[in-house]
Amino acid sequence: MTTLPAHTEKKLGLAIDLDTCVGCHACVISCKEWNTSNYGAPLSDIDAYGAEPMGTFLNRVHTFEVKADGSNAQTVHFPKSCLHCEDAPCVTVCPTGASYKRSEDGIVLVNEVDCMGCGLCAWACPYGARELDKVEGVMKKCTLCVDRIYNKNIPEEDRVPSCVRTCPAGARHFGDFADPQSSVSKLAAERGGLVLMEAQGTKPVNRYLPPRPKADVTNTAQIDIPNPYLKPASSKPDGFLGWLDNALEKI
Amino acid sequence: MHPAPSVIIFTSLSGLGFGLMAWLGFGFPPVSGMIAFWFFLIAYVLAVGGLLASVFHLGNPKNSIKAFSQWRSSWLSREGIMAVVSLLVMAIYAIGLIFLEQRWQVVGWVGAAFSLITIYTTSMIYGQMKTVPRWNMSLTPPLFLLYALAGGALLAGQIFPAILLLVALTVLQYISWQIGDARFEQAHHTIETATGLGNLGKVRLLESPHSSPNYLLKEMVHIVGRKHAQKLRIISIVLLGIVPAVILVLVPFNHMLAGIAVLSHLVGLFVSRWLFFAEAEHVVGLYYDKR
Repeated sequence: MTTLPAHTEKKLGLAIDLDTCVGCHACVISCKEWNTSNYGAPLSDIDAYGAEPMGTFLNRVHTFEVKADGSNAQTVHFPKSCLHCEDAPCVTVCPTGASYKRSEDGIVLVNEVDCMGCGLCAWACPYGARELDKVEGVMKKCTLCVDRIYNKNIPEEDRVPSCVRTCPAGARHFGDFADPQSSVSKLAAERGGLVLMEAQGTKPVNRYLPPRPKADVTNTAQIDIPNPYLKPASSKPDGFLGWLDNALEKI
Repeated sequence: MHPAPSVIIFTSLSGLGFGLMAWLGFGFPPVSGMIAFWFFLIAYVLAVGGLLASVFHLGNPKNSIKAFSQWRSSWLSREGIMAVVSLLVMAIYAIGLIFLEQRWQVVGWVGAAFSLITIYTTSMIYGQMKTVPRWNMSLTPPLFLLYALAGGALLAGQIFPAILLLVALTVLQYISWQIGDARFEQAHHTIETATGLGNLGKVRLLESPHSSPNYLLKEMVHIVGRKHAQKLRIISIVLLGIVPAVILVLVPFNHMLAGIAVLSHLVGLFVSRWLFFAEAEHVVGLYYDKR
């Protein structure tokens, strides 16, 4: 049913740290690998080795440059996947009932058996979280790895979304935003987690942790740029050589 | 937005078809027998042909029957249901007129009302899209309804109403373009609000997430072809309303010139519908530093 649940018991989602993300795209690849071989239709690639390779991905990493007047430019890597909105417009526009939001944990999913591939849900999403698979003709989106997080057949430490498990920088955190004591809720509260395009009224669950203020690299008294962590090597010898050095100086 | 031919043909032709059907349902022109047959045939070919064209937009058309199920929340589902209901009710009215020489006027009114509701539901598929500020305004439904009623009047040979409606349509289309042009700015969506990074400074895309275009860029960030938008607007508005209205005002009715008026309106309609999609800017483009 494409009407949204009035309340979800949990609000599972991601806290994505824009300060620590290094833009390696490991989450993109890991996501593609897990999701092409598990839940639903595979994620196709078109002309993979040709001039214009295209494919379906559920997670993408954009890289932005941010620059304030009179300061240095800053690079921010920006992973983007479904934000599992509380007021998900992609669900309500669906004419076939393929799109739905789970009342137990808030995950937004597509039941591919019902999808007719009209693409209206992708139009309704402001974040570009949905991509229509060219080969299968059905809508693909992040499932929050619903087939991992409850999966008793894999080790407990693997029961998180593939992107979270693979991130080498620890920039992606998974948890329940409905629980104020959860690690992601605390992180979002501490760091002032951002809501993307709030004016759209989608009430996304995922939060983006903004980059922390950077050290002032132009103030050389504060930080030694070429050699920040090493003390200057002593030019004076000590011990016997030091005594000798001093003695010879005095002659 | 990508101006896909299937969607342009769908919205243009089915709008025109249901517009003609509304006029026939209200009893204008008061035809019966074989003449009624030809009028209803044109209306059904346009309406059903438009609906069939929309199927070509689907990635997985075998599931399209399921589109009638989600009327509680989905405008597209409501549109499908209303279209079928209108076609069925009008079929009863048409059978009475063509084969039985009976005018069941109440059935006609109901069918006409359903036809107009169908056009309204079509307009709301676009009007509801907060992600496309140009569409997401209160003028979108009246514009679609006026397109259908003016085109329908032209096809139904209702000369005086057609002239008035064509003039009104020309004016409303012009106003919609003017107001639509400012919608994106008014919605206050920028690359800074999209990324949430605005408090750190000015944002620009440094590196795209993928080297080739993807589904999102092909479907929702259509920029090619917009450079001729102003010229196309003029072409559209002249052919859509001005040429047909002038023909109807100046020339006493004859089928040849009426055909030219209809043809001109049709071309103008296709051009304006192409612009409706091609000029629509989706907010997802902001993540690619594109409008």
